[in-house]
Amino acid sequence: MKHTLSPALMIAGCLAASNVLAADTPELIVYAPDYFGSEWGPGPAIEAGFEAQCACDLKFVTGDVMSRLKLEGEGTEADAVIGLTTDQTAAARATGLFAVHGKDLSGLTLPVAWDDDTFVPFNWGETAFVYDKTRLDTPPASFADLLDMPDEVKIVIQDPRSSVSGLALVLWISEVFGDGAEDAWRKLKPKILTVTPGWSEAYGLFTSGEADMVLSFTTSPAYHIIAEEDETKAAAIFPEGHYFMTELVAKIGATDQPDLADAFLDYVLSDDFQGMIATANWSYPAREFEGALPAGFANLPRPDRTLFLPEAEAEARRDPAIATWLKVMSE
Amino acid sequence: MSRALRIGAAFAAALVLTLTLGTLGAVLWRAESFARLGAADWSALRFTLTQAAVSAALSVLLAIPAARALARRRFPGRALLITLLGAPFILPVIVAVMGILAVFGRSGLLNDGLAALGFDRISIYGFAGVVLAHVFFNLPLAVRLLLQGWLDIPAERFRLAAALGFGPGDIARHLEYPMLRARAPGVLVTIFLICLTSFAVALTLGGGPKATTVELAIYQSFRYDFDLGRAAMLAAIQLALCATAALLAARFTLPSGFGSGLDRPVARWDANGPLLRAQDIAVLTLTSLFLLMPLLAVVTAGLPRIGGLPAPVWQAALRSLAVAGASTLAAIVLALPLALASAARPGRRGLETIGMLPLATSSLVTGTGLFLLLRPFANPGDIALAVTVAVNAAMALPFCLRALLPAARELEADYGHLAQSLDLTGLARLKLLIVPRLRRPLGFAAGLTAALSMGDLGVIALFADDDSATLPLQLYRLMGAYRMQDAAGAAVLLLALSLALFWTLDRGGRADA
Amino acid sequence: MLELLDITITQDTFRLAADFRVEKGARVAVIGPSGAGKSTLLSVIAGFFPAESGRILWDGNDITATPPGKRPLSILFQDQNLFPHLTVAQNVGLGLRPDLRLSPADYEAVTRALTRTGLQGIEGRKPATLSGGQQSRVALARALLRARPLMLLDEPFAALGPALKAEMLDLVAEIADETGATVLMVSHDPEDASRFAPETILVAEGVAHPPRPTAALLDNPPPVLAAYLGQ
Repeated sequence: MKHTLSPALMIAGCLAASNVLAADTPELIVYAPDYFGSEWGPGPAIEAGFEAQCACDLKFVTGDVMSRLKLEGEGTEADAVIGLTTDQTAAARATGLFAVHGKDLSGLTLPVAWDDDTFVPFNWGETAFVYDKTRLDTPPASFADLLDMPDEVKIVIQDPRSSVSGLALVLWISEVFGDGAEDAWRKLKPKILTVTPGWSEAYGLFTSGEADMVLSFTTSPAYHIIAEEDETKAAAIFPEGHYFMTELVAKIGATDQPDLADAFLDYVLSDDFQGMIATANWSYPAREFEGALPAGFANLPRPDRTLFLPEAEAEARRDPAIATWLKVMSE
Repeated sequence: MSRALRIGAAFAAALVLTLTLGTLGAVLWRAESFARLGAADWSALRFTLTQAAVSAALSVLLAIPAARALARRRFPGRALLITLLGAPFILPVIVAVMGILAVFGRSGLLNDGLAALGFDRISIYGFAGVVLAHVFFNLPLAVRLLLQGWLDIPAERFRLAAALGFGPGDIARHLEYPMLRARAPGVLVTIFLICLTSFAVALTLGGGPKATTVELAIYQSFRYDFDLGRAAMLAAIQLALCATAALLAARFTLPSGFGSGLDRPVARWDANGPLLRAQDIAVLTLTSLFLLMPLLAVVTAGLPRIGGLPAPVWQAALRSLAVAGASTLAAIVLALPLALASAARPGRRGLETIGMLPLATSSLVTGTGLFLLLRPFANPGDIALAVTVAVNAAMALPFCLRALLPAARELEADYGHLAQSLDLTGLARLKLLIVPRLRRPLGFAAGLTAALSMGDLGVIALFADDDSATLPLQLYRLMGAYRMQDAAGAAVLLLALSLALFWTLDRGGRADA
Repeated sequence: MLELLDITITQDTFRLAADFRVEKGARVAVIGPSGAGKSTLLSVIAGFFPAESGRILWDGNDITATPPGKRPLSILFQDQNLFPHLTVAQNVGLGLRPDLRLSPADYEAVTRALTRTGLQGIEGRKPATLSGGQQSRVALARALLRARPLMLLDEPFAALGPALKAEMLDLVAEIADETGATVLMVSHDPEDASRFAPETILVAEGVAHPPRPTAALLDNPPPVLAAYLGQ
């Protein structure tokens, strides 16, 4: 019986062996969320761009980055980590695994001040409710307007316990409505069609016509304009402000490739990298320069106010904000 | 029992125990302590139990008239219909949800129809949505298991019933009801277990946090709080629940033999009345509409895009086929010795119980536990595919065992002594007796495993490797990159490949020698 | 010589004791009321069912722990004597080599055995296409090829008509004479016993008695046998 097992293992072994690497090129291992492994994200272009100048092999290891780092601890083989979000930085910092970046961040064009010494932002965006102009004649002019819309208008949001954008929404409402957050949720609740585990499912429900609005980003319409030449999607812009999100890159302190990791952080801030963010990541580059944004992007309406919760504040508000959401949604 | 069989069964049992209890133990060991569960966890537990019970009950109730109609009607295309009606069970969750929403969603066919007739639109989100989806997935399984029950009633009984002038009511009382009493509880428990550990369905159709299942709570403990103690505690509770249900089930006859003989004609003299005919036609039409419309919706939405799918999708499809092939081989290599060894020792249920364990296991805990167990020895990225194959095989094992065990028992009862007296052992026994006699259930088990492996998200997040994307993962990535229409195309490809794999292997087992 | 030494058989509440010997080349019937344990006795001799205690010897060698296929015997069951998915030739060939790696000479032996049992030209057919009598002949052909010194018949011909059954018993007798085999045959029918077996083992009331001359036993049956025979 043991012999009969070997073909299965052999097949699996052959499949696994297909990614054995050339031994002598140094390898830079970067932990990243799954979308960096996707052919339709920024991963392949970043890999090609960096490898062209580093004489190294850049390897993205994709998956649940924070869980993996915590499970591995000091023994992690990561040299750098990309794609952490602001709601993860507190936990990430607490691991003690990260090194100070030492980069000059004065060139950043974020709408908020950023002087973190460990985490370097590479993109940013703001949460927004996206709608279809052909289906929604009068979009809400403000967040308060949204809450007062008829309950027939259906919105899909994401679960704050499993999704970054879902968490952003509960913090957004907490920041805009303060003590009135519970009432705000109570008004929003009848309009919520369903709560999905991640952004993809929610956006799919929206594009298939199942929902009228979806919790997404101010930059989402750019995809439809540029890739599909479809001008019907738009983000509702609220004067109360929009919640700021950014994705970050950082260096692991115990890396055996400190120079490469350092070079990678430089590359992240380079024109090459920043220039591809708009259409590969459908978000704003962290260091915008002349020509970094294609026309479809540059003309997107931008909110006047950006709401940003510093790490400690966001961490402190997270649990109560989710509790409020849970309470109202379970009523 | 020969030595090779004993070794094979012991190896399979050890592997399954490692993947289930071993991984749970590893997470617990790492967590160092159980966490206290909060009110939200208990309400998740309540919701999980309720929806699983309702889903299982509805699936079985709806399956009874459908299986009955299929059992007593002959019509052209009946075999094909039975195969197609089985499709939802092997469908990847994400594809199925797309289809369900296209029919039952807010702007789905049903609601458009209702609106056109002047009725109010209905919403399926929430408890109803979760149950609807679970019934959609599990009704096919219930129909197949119960249809087998009907076909297992010896043809002679129906002949006797006809000779005694039984009407449909008498047949129901004297033949069908006793069969259902023996079979239905086992089917009920099997589906209850499947729904208990379901995860992805509840998420999108659940409507909100009220519809939180235990498996979702486990996911959240990993993803957000990184609370391994809570995750392990929840997984242990889930396992205990399943064990209780399984123990209850052991008091009933468990479903058997859903791999064989589904198209064997049984002459029926009792069902020729026009009323019964109309009833069966109505039942079969409604069941087919319920199960096939969502599939049709998926196909219509995605078919036009299938030719233009980008190359990485096709590469992922090939990779998925390889994974499905390896998983199938591994599942059979695990299931066959377990089934044969169980059959050789009637009355002892230990091996059978071990084989059913994966049904009760949280795949997230398995993934995390495996990561903890294997990382000291290997780079997780390098063994991603081997791990995927092993996990797929283990997850399909309960279904393989259900298909193989009754046939293995029958084989042992009918030919065990003859083979022993002729000293037919080892490979000769495998080649000359076991494979030819078990071909049908083997083909069915292989088809089911291949299809389930095709649709599984496969690579567990912790083992992901940038070169190992499977077709379902690519489908998710397309969605994540706004490419919803390409995703619809990939869904059709996934559906077609899963069905083709199942059909080919299942038919291969049926072809006459 | 077959020896059962102080054998006791226990199965739930059922008990059977056996302590007897059967001479080499003997033809012995095993009769007794339904449920007395005739088939169980054969099962124990064949090795399918372990005795609670006692020993079984063949020619002085202890075979109590020998697996069924390695015992010096062939057994014909009531039914399921042939594998339905194998051809007639394969079913018979199993008697020569259980892995069916048959040489041309082996195939000739198979054909000869089939011819000896009165079957010709059916080597390639499947058992389901044969009549009951033909199926019995195929099983006998295999027993002939195996040429084991002990043959156990567990009512293999029970489903055949009287004439056909008699024919089969004659065939068994001929084969046994040719090979010198010892035969133990379970039967319900005293006719069979007196026709085929000079000696008979009576199984009744928890005991398998030593073989006695059949004619004497049937002419002057003990009460339990008399009741069974309806006398």
